[in-house]
Amino acid sequence: MVVGVAAKGGTSIAPGAQRRSRTGYFLLLPGMAWLGIFFAIPIATLFMTSLQAPVEGASGQYAPAFQVSNYADAIIEYWPQFLRSFLYAGIATLLALVIAYPLAYFIAVKAGRWRTLMLVLVIAPSFASFLLRTYAWRTILADESPVTTFLNALHVLPDDRILNTSIAVIAGLTYNFLPFMVLPLYAALERLDPRLIEASNDLYANPITTFRKVTWPLSLPGVVAGTLLTFIPAAGDYINAELLGSTQDRMIGNAIQTNFIDFRDYPIASALSFMLMAAILVLVFAYIRRAGTEDLV
Amino acid sequence: MISNQPEMIAAIAGTMRSTVSRRRLLQAAGIGGAAMAVAACGGTGGSDASGDASGAPSAAAAEDLSDTDKALFWSNWPLYIDIDDDSGERPSLDRFMADTGITVTYNEDVNDNSEFYAKVRTQLEQGQEIGRDIVTLTDWMAGLWIQNGFVQKLDKANIPNFSNMISSYLDVAFDPGREYSMPWQSGFGAFGWNKSQLSDAIGTDALVSVDQLFDPKLKGKISVLSEMRDTMGILLAWLGYDPSNFTDDQFSEAIEALTLQVDNGQIRQVAGNDYVAAMESGDVTAVIGWSGDMFQLGDAFGVALPESGGTLWTDNMMIPALASHKKNAELIMNYYYDPAVAAEVAAYVQYISPVQGAQEAMADIDPALVDNQWIFPDSATLANSYVFMPLTDAQDVEYQRAFQKAIGN
Repeated sequence: MVVGVAAKGGTSIAPGAQRRSRTGYFLLLPGMAWLGIFFAIPIATLFMTSLQAPVEGASGQYAPAFQVSNYADAIIEYWPQFLRSFLYAGIATLLALVIAYPLAYFIAVKAGRWRTLMLVLVIAPSFASFLLRTYAWRTILADESPVTTFLNALHVLPDDRILNTSIAVIAGLTYNFLPFMVLPLYAALERLDPRLIEASNDLYANPITTFRKVTWPLSLPGVVAGTLLTFIPAAGDYINAELLGSTQDRMIGNAIQTNFIDFRDYPIASALSFMLMAAILVLVFAYIRRAGTEDLV
Repeated sequence: MISNQPEMIAAIAGTMRSTVSRRRLLQAAGIGGAAMAVAACGGTGGSDASGDASGAPSAAAAEDLSDTDKALFWSNWPLYIDIDDDSGERPSLDRFMADTGITVTYNEDVNDNSEFYAKVRTQLEQGQEIGRDIVTLTDWMAGLWIQNGFVQKLDKANIPNFSNMISSYLDVAFDPGREYSMPWQSGFGAFGWNKSQLSDAIGTDALVSVDQLFDPKLKGKISVLSEMRDTMGILLAWLGYDPSNFTDDQFSEAIEALTLQVDNGQIRQVAGNDYVAAMESGDVTAVIGWSGDMFQLGDAFGVALPESGGTLWTDNMMIPALASHKKNAELIMNYYYDPAVAAEVAAYVQYISPVQGAQEAMADIDPALVDNQWIFPDSATLANSYVFMPLTDAQDVEYQRAFQKAIGN
């Protein structure tokens, strides 16, 4: 930021400008060092590991190599888990959007003096550990629980149960990442100028048209930020699939974990991690381009 | 399975085998002491030490601080030692501390053999201390540590009670003569079930065979262990094979049987310790689980070895390379091989005691437990249980892959 300001004022260079711009770089140092140590080096390590080859005769030991076939092996073995991860994360993101939008709208526009309290309530569950909350869902969705008993009485459950099905995994993902959807939406809707809605009404737009032409476009930055903040962690999550899913619901996070812990196959696990990152990056770029909001995010 | 994130990070760091060049890299970058501490590798390594006569590399020993530093760090599995239910204290451990003046830090931080190994592997391979003087690991993992030279040889002069070890434990394939390890407790891979739910489903409250377990009336109500050796051992025995000595084809056949039951929805979940909670909530009716767990669930639940045979495993105490309180560790091993103390632990945890004389000592603690087959199994019970075949590293990985694939990983 400091750098940018100094450069913009650059038509007539003030005496202090040179020094100020250097101060800017200096202020960047801690952040860059942090990124370097805790992001760049681990990523480079991960990438090198993903290309390692096993040492003959020593199981679980790997030597530096350039074994690109690790990637092919990993994708051939685990493409179903990849697809499932993106499918589950996609559905969960959509559900979260549908649930969060009215909620965020209400908090931002209608809640009045309850606004702060409601925001705290949205965030409050995050004070308990992610793991504990997911365990709690096991109790809520247990076979003998009121929820399951009620739904079974209506005969709407394919397996007569919720726990250990894909429904439970998607529900868990939706629940766990919902606050990440609500907050950006709230931030976008809270800035919405009520006079624009009034104007729209004055111009004889009905509520649906007003929403389509005014509210929704103005909240788009929040929608984009919210969907990304929900989708990305959901696609890499393995706890919901582990605790709430069955053997048929394993996601890519579970595959990475199994390769690291049980097979001690670090190259394949690293290759999987890398491909997950790459796939998410591609999806995110495609999405942002399509949403046409690069400068808004 | 869940608390894996730090372990995975450690594992990622550990795979960077060219540690020296990384250290140079960091030095070149002029990064300060904190980062060095994270990345630095110890100069002398346990795995660098030359092999001894028995073929296993002997681990480096550190200077033993036992006499000056009265401390001991022990990693064990949860709920695996006597606990006073009222005060939450551990009576046998407290007595040891009072008698010897050694402060024992007892950590219940072993939840899964593979997971624990992933957590400390980096330090072990780089020849660093792992901050523990005793670790308690199951046979096959204990074998892996011994083979890799990650543990120190026991000084039996400090362990006179070593002679109390039941003789069948002495000559195990992974540690002939018990040079590196002493059994802590043993247990069975066995059936457990909810009696009333089982009789509602199949009309009997006794589960005896794997065929009953795979009865379609129990569809979606079955859980099996994620520990490959217990689940596969029981399936191999069910198919008429010997889990202590089987072929690749026989293992594949057992994997097919498992895959069938997973794919048709008979098996609802494959779990570690989690299955106990699922039994309590009624989500699963019958399980392949661990014998000791069932007793903590109470009378509404049954436990039995399958008629075709269950599995038998042992968890072993070992002293990791460079542990700095080796003598203290040997003293506490000796203490727990006193029959009276061993009986006290067994009475609480209800697993099999490896200590000769514990059965007689049990008469003073709880006479009802003296003939308990789960603590003091007779030869008939032992004949119906199998120790899983010792596997080479390559076999282990190959079988693990087949097993994990069958269960959806």
